[in-house]
Amino acid sequence: MFVRTYARLFVAGFRRQSTYRLAALGGLVANTTFGLLKVALLFAAVDAAGGQLSGYDVGAMSAYIWISQGLLGSINLFGRTDMAVRIRSGDVAVDFLRPVDVHLATIATEVGRSVFALLPRGLPSVAIGAFVVGMSLPDDPAAYVLGALSIVLGIVVSATTVYLVAATGFWLVETRGVEILYMVVSGFFAGLFVPIRLFPDWLHAAATATPFPSMMMYPVDVISGRVDGAESAGLVGLQVFWLATTIAAGQLATRAGRRRLEVQGG
Amino acid sequence: MGDLAARTAPYRAVLASRMRSQRSYRANFALDLASSALVGFVELAEVWVIFRSVDSLGGLDLAAVVLVFGVADLTFSLADLAFGHCDTIPTYLRAGTLDVFYLRPQPLLLQLITSDISLRRLARAGVGATALVVGLAINDVAWSASSVALVALALASGFATFAAMFVWAAGAQFYLIDGAEATNAFVYGGRYAATQPAAVWDRPLKAVFGFLFPMAFTAYLPVVTLLGLPGPEWMPGWLGWCAPVAALWAWLLALLTWRAGVRHYQGGGG
Repeated sequence: MFVRTYARLFVAGFRRQSTYRLAALGGLVANTTFGLLKVALLFAAVDAAGGQLSGYDVGAMSAYIWISQGLLGSINLFGRTDMAVRIRSGDVAVDFLRPVDVHLATIATEVGRSVFALLPRGLPSVAIGAFVVGMSLPDDPAAYVLGALSIVLGIVVSATTVYLVAATGFWLVETRGVEILYMVVSGFFAGLFVPIRLFPDWLHAAATATPFPSMMMYPVDVISGRVDGAESAGLVGLQVFWLATTIAAGQLATRAGRRRLEVQGG
Repeated sequence: MGDLAARTAPYRAVLASRMRSQRSYRANFALDLASSALVGFVELAEVWVIFRSVDSLGGLDLAAVVLVFGVADLTFSLADLAFGHCDTIPTYLRAGTLDVFYLRPQPLLLQLITSDISLRRLARAGVGATALVVGLAINDVAWSASSVALVALALASGFATFAAMFVWAAGAQFYLIDGAEATNAFVYGGRYAATQPAAVWDRPLKAVFGFLFPMAFTAYLPVVTLLGLPGPEWMPGWLGWCAPVAALWAWLLALLTWRAGVRHYQGGGG
């Protein structure tokens, strides 16, 4: 019963996203354009570095670019959520009256939307990369199984982390400043424009101390075969750690926020 | 003169009220400014991360690319400050509130442009301006009347070109409505392209960001001309002087798209 409720919310999110077809197409155009610009710049960088840039050759760089572009529709690197709007407007008071856990229900719906976005945006991005530009992918089927798990974990960690941004609204009401801060840091540390392997050591250490690489960089590393064996299992382990941490934080913030919630107006 | 003041009074009143409203939530405004500066700073850091491991990309070294970044980011941020809210037009279209603009005896596009101003972009323009000044200082610029004129021309044309991109995107929204991300690909993708050394582009990118949306003309080509660099094979080094032509082309494209969009619009009903 418990699982079925959230499974239904997941399906509702999935179906809701499926109705925005033109938006999905627009997103794909954006992914492809940015992907081609990244190919031009990063391929030139790999060439200038003599064919190997921090362990990336052209094939691995291409895999990084197109898989990360494909994931963009499914992970939230903007910080904006419906939940933040509902907290600001006070609509969240209605959500608290429903016999479901507000935190988990929000996550289930978000994950449903994100998983759908893999179809119109994720797969075509990777296909464009594979056929138009070419990329190196692993031969071992086990890498794809672990990679799929890693992508799902990345999507869920994105939803649980961005929920925390929305939850600051219980105290701040206007969360746009926090959202922009999240947008800047999350994109940079998730490896949106440059793989975090290219960072200097101190910056790389700073990135790995946040949940952001778990959303995009680790799934890309695992499914592209850039890391294998124990190392990829380690990355998936890190994702599980961040999932548990962000879920615990979300539960606490929702409970504390519920007591703090003040709905203005009549 | 008095006539001009009277005619622009309604626009100035709206803009002044928008500026006051943004500054009234002080904590949020301060956080907005800080975050916007951080956006610009992180974008510069992305360039630095790539150049950390290579000496030059597409014929530009780090010093030259900082200058390209400075010109592109300063002009984009200022265009974003004045024109960026044209992005909100899909919201007006969906809610039907665009029709309110039609009731006022002022040109639609002018109303839309002057309906808001995003002061927080000033912080980001500050990052761009700093990169520009640093870039001019660390590069070996042969200063003369013509090089000063070239920088001024590049800044004015870059601003105009990016502003035209926002207007073009707004015009295209009349057709897209839900597909705003398709225009983002060229507006924000264009900003990203403008900070790159265009010599690394392949053929489709040259066509789209070299000429259709003339992003190479906003920063890269003027810097190539200014520093006397060889430039890419497909563009001669003096082409930086043609930045105003690119701006005119961008505005032609923008106004034609806007006109087609407005004619296509059937009203929000209700």
